[in-house]
Amino acid sequence: MVFRPKIIGFVCNWSMPKEVEISSPREMRGYPKMHVLRVMCIGRVDPVIVLDTFAKGADGVLLVGCPTPDCHYVEGNIQAENKVKVLKKLLMLTGLEPERLRLEWAYATEVEPFSTVVDDFRNQIIKFGQSPLAGGQSDERILLNVSAAKNAVADFRLRVFTGREEELTEAMNVYGEIIPQGEFDNLLDEIVNEEFLRHKIHLLTRQEPLSVKEIAANMNVKPAMILRHIVDMRRKRMIALDHVEEATPLYKALEVQ
Amino acid sequence: MTEAKVGATLVVGGGVAGIQAALDLADSGFKVYLLDKSPSIGGVMARLDKTFPTNDCSMCILAPKLVATGRHPNINLITSGELIELTGKAGNFEAKVRKRSRYINEEKCNGCGLCAQKCPVEAVDTFNESLSNRSAIYVDYPQAVPLKFIIDREKCIGCGTCQEICKAKAIEYDQQDSEIALKVGSIILAPGFEPFDATLKSEYGYGRFPNVVTSIEFERILSASGPYGGLVLRSSDGEIPKKIAFIQCVGSRDAQIGNNYCSAACCMYGIKEAIIAKEHVPINLSCTIFYMDIRAYGKEFDDYYIRAQEEYDIRFVRSRPARITEDPRTNNLYLYYIEDEGPRTEEFDMVVLSIGMQPPKNAQTLANVLGIQLNRYNFCQTSVFSPVEASKPGVFVCGAFAAPKDIPESVAQASGAAAKAMAVIASERGKEIVGKEYPPERDVSQEEPRIGVFVCHCGINIGGVVNVPEVVEYAKKLPNVVYAEANLYTCSQDTQGIIREKINEHCLNRVIVASCTPRTHEPLFKETVREAGLNPYLFEMVNIRDQCSWVHMHEPIEATEKAKELVRSVVAKARLLKPLKKPIINVTPIGLVIGGGVSGMTAALELAKQGFEVHLVEREKKLGGHLRQIHYMLEGKNPTEYLDKLINKVAKNRKIRIHLNAEVTEVNGFVGNFRSRITYNNGEEKEVENGIVIVATGATEYKPVEYLYGNSPGVMTQHELEEKLAKGEFKAENVVMIQCVGARTEERPNCSRICCGQALKNALKIKDVNPEVEVYVLYKDVRSYGFKEDYYREAAAKGVLFINYTDDRKPKVTSENGNLKITFWEPIIKEEMKLEPDIIALSAATIPNPDNKRIAEMLKVPLTKDGFFLEAHMKLRPVDFQTDGIFLCGMAHSPKFVDESISQACAAAARAATILSKKTLEMEGAIAHVDEDFCGGCRICENLCPYSAIEMKEKDGKVTAHIIEALCKGCGVCGAACPTKAITLGHFTNEEIMAQVKATLLEELKA
Repeated sequence: MVFRPKIIGFVCNWSMPKEVEISSPREMRGYPKMHVLRVMCIGRVDPVIVLDTFAKGADGVLLVGCPTPDCHYVEGNIQAENKVKVLKKLLMLTGLEPERLRLEWAYATEVEPFSTVVDDFRNQIIKFGQSPLAGGQSDERILLNVSAAKNAVADFRLRVFTGREEELTEAMNVYGEIIPQGEFDNLLDEIVNEEFLRHKIHLLTRQEPLSVKEIAANMNVKPAMILRHIVDMRRKRMIALDHVEEATPLYKALEVQ
Repeated sequence: MTEAKVGATLVVGGGVAGIQAALDLADSGFKVYLLDKSPSIGGVMARLDKTFPTNDCSMCILAPKLVATGRHPNINLITSGELIELTGKAGNFEAKVRKRSRYINEEKCNGCGLCAQKCPVEAVDTFNESLSNRSAIYVDYPQAVPLKFIIDREKCIGCGTCQEICKAKAIEYDQQDSEIALKVGSIILAPGFEPFDATLKSEYGYGRFPNVVTSIEFERILSASGPYGGLVLRSSDGEIPKKIAFIQCVGSRDAQIGNNYCSAACCMYGIKEAIIAKEHVPINLSCTIFYMDIRAYGKEFDDYYIRAQEEYDIRFVRSRPARITEDPRTNNLYLYYIEDEGPRTEEFDMVVLSIGMQPPKNAQTLANVLGIQLNRYNFCQTSVFSPVEASKPGVFVCGAFAAPKDIPESVAQASGAAAKAMAVIASERGKEIVGKEYPPERDVSQEEPRIGVFVCHCGINIGGVVNVPEVVEYAKKLPNVVYAEANLYTCSQDTQGIIREKINEHCLNRVIVASCTPRTHEPLFKETVREAGLNPYLFEMVNIRDQCSWVHMHEPIEATEKAKELVRSVVAKARLLKPLKKPIINVTPIGLVIGGGVSGMTAALELAKQGFEVHLVEREKKLGGHLRQIHYMLEGKNPTEYLDKLINKVAKNRKIRIHLNAEVTEVNGFVGNFRSRITYNNGEEKEVENGIVIVATGATEYKPVEYLYGNSPGVMTQHELEEKLAKGEFKAENVVMIQCVGARTEERPNCSRICCGQALKNALKIKDVNPEVEVYVLYKDVRSYGFKEDYYREAAAKGVLFINYTDDRKPKVTSENGNLKITFWEPIIKEEMKLEPDIIALSAATIPNPDNKRIAEMLKVPLTKDGFFLEAHMKLRPVDFQTDGIFLCGMAHSPKFVDESISQACAAAARAATILSKKTLEMEGAIAHVDEDFCGGCRICENLCPYSAIEMKEKDGKVTAHIIEALCKGCGVCGAACPTKAITLGHFTNEEIMAQVKATLLEELKA
């Protein structure tokens, strides 16, 4: 059976290539490159939506927006770029190929057919094969990872970081300084990792109380690291000690209000 | 340029020592600048879980002192600061301080903590010894003083989130470091210590093996507010350990790394940590302490050591482990050590390194700025007869910077340093501080209650859960409430203005604040209503934060209902509140010191230097006491010369009246107003009036009944040996010293502290006189703590042989034809040894003065079961008695060395000065009151009162109880026990409490 990838394209209203827009449903049937969802600006695509799209089984997600400096909403495209950077870092952690997500620029008036871009992306997805989350029998482990990633990008901490990247690395922070991009990216890496792990611990312990060792075995992370995160999660009221069995404390997630 | 002295003192270091010194100075009428390099005061003690030997919670006993310091009108806190320059001289210094920017306006920050919750950046939490993270905007701990946040500029990325979130508008990103010039008359150094860096002992694997932790990390692990919430966990896997080893002397008594001294506190804190760990762990935890000597030399410390073995089953192994290896699969640890002369390997789940104290990192810089000398280990140089004086006049030292020491000794020394610092500027008392004027109190007795209720949002601490406007509306409908409003922060400066305004505008005569805890905030609000002309007892507080919004964080509707109920209950009480008068009592500015030894003389002299008259009462015909028997010092100074000088100074001082051949036979009255009787040997009597009493009655030497003492001329006490050595009468080729004679026995379980030092002193002196003399010291533990360890090493190097003995195998002394014979077990070669020494010197215990019992009864103060005087609190009030106005110092407290007695004597003087310096004392107003008509004279209350504040008086043939207002602390125990209900406690009357109960329950019944 031929693999027909399900690709969701979030396309900006103002860069929507003509060939996409004018294609009638009939034409599209013969050329089902992707399913287009129109958004007004590509900067509007919340990382939560992208991860949710993957969780629901999409084989690939293509984001299309206006290239700099022609963003219809001044710099929504830059916001999208920052978000995609974080999303790719997170996808890497989930076990899904980060290349299943791509951000492309396009002009509505572009002469070169947009379809080559889509074809290229589609071919890549075909090479990867079906998403492990597609087709109703998703890989539980990866699904949990994607959910953790989704919760991580929904959380205040990462959103402050992504939301303020421009301000901090290009304009000026509150001290009148600019944070070098490399330094910022390193910090971001650290935080993405931390938040992913913490939200995964949170999801794991939602079902039943678990010990540090059990969580560590499940996540294939050193127990010392898990304990460290649990300490910080307790401080942030994400988790609490449930009970102690013999010499083993078990922790349970607190529902975040 | 004026040459006048300045009545202010700079205290460098805000740990428990600095805090104590600051409070004593401030309470005695001097301005204090308390400087700390950290953003909050509290020092190391704030990080400890429990304290030995009482197992008190460290933070619980420290917090009231923190609050008192933070609120004291005479103390100016300078945090995140360091001393960078000092000019001038004693009496008139100018100090320059650099204060690092907090990036927070301290006036505006209310410490609500919202910023920290939202800060996206995390940093390693050094307060928790890096075991957890904190945000880049933070306070060290929730009870921090000042409770002002700070931005960690190293970590902050400048995102601006905190500024947007701060409702108090306290964030100032452009705040710069600043320099402050201070004029002060004296300086106290209390910068504390730096914990030893355990990575330097690489054989123990600290830093490489996750389950090897330092003792300070372990304190945080034990702490309920620490990273693991009080569970003891292995950081490798989060499991509770079943077997822990403690290794003592890590970074102490270690010549290899240059720290030959003993850190003085680690044996006790090691034992404490083992005990507390056992209490915290739900399973049967096995604890082993590896030690060289257990130095439990302090007051009742051996009791604690015995309890650790007998009650807690803690195993003690006399061995210094050579190294530790780790099983990489389990992260368990293997300890390699020697026991009974055989190598051993033992597996443990966790190892705690009892790390020693090092001088503060900036000791050298500080010394350079101040122009003071450091000793060979870079601690502050002091001398045995001036233990709190740095080498520069006007600069004093206390706490661990003077020498490693535990908390009570740091506190005592801090008060001692305060006395010295006061003496320099005694003439300027009261000149740098501003007295406060209040408007007259409004008479509200004829008014209906008109209650004002102020409900605090506390940022979102309360408002985020409790619907504050709803509570305000509810309060308005309650009977007698004529005004209610919500505040973002009721404690902020501007709200105090609003409260005063509203009191006047609405003619309020009762004020209620519904906010946080009265323990920290009630004094502030009482002050505010007093400023508005209301009696402060017309104020009442409701805690709707700790007891409502925090505990019901996830139930906003229920929390709002509970807040209403809490407010309703306190409104019911407030309607009944009555104004109370704070009794004002006069103070007789004269001291009475009992005992004319070095402690008593020092205390008297320090009081006199501050301008107070003193009666110094000595039973003997000469001053001098115990020090008369000391002919030379371990540290090489001449005690006789010192004693003569001291006696001379005391005799010449016109403020001191010396009563020789005399005893104090009666003390009546109370703080500020004692009347005492002095009875002379010849039967004459004299009555004196005094404001305070200092007990300095010393101790005596135990007369041994062991080891043929008294039956053989060759057997003598260390004092007798010392006298022979001093007089040149020493003749012997072979000397055996036996330690712990009459101490650490079943009858007297505690250590006499000074005998190891005496033995070392005499042994070294003997080697000095004739290096050929063989000297054996038979000991249980050599307790040469602190820098005295140097002399232990020196003695060993000079050939003094130290041989350990245990209670199972005590040495045996016999005499045949006048020849002494001693047999003892040699544990290394495992053989009985026989010697025929010329002298057997017994290190006899120091036992309480037999007169203590009489004095204790006379003063109504307690004794320990050993017979020494018992202070108010073993940790934080080492020279106070529970009864106000009575203090103790020197060997009356417990055995101690001369320098320690001097420190304590100065401390007693400083504590006494906090009373004598005041013309009047304002006492607590909410105290007990006896209705004589109802009193049956049963004396139950008299016996129950912990402060001796109740006396029985006869009037018209009827004996009734009377409250001594000056002594009553208002606990109410008397009233709750009174069979005839004759006793009422102000501000907490039965009617008031029942009104609260009724208001709390009735509405609930309806619902």
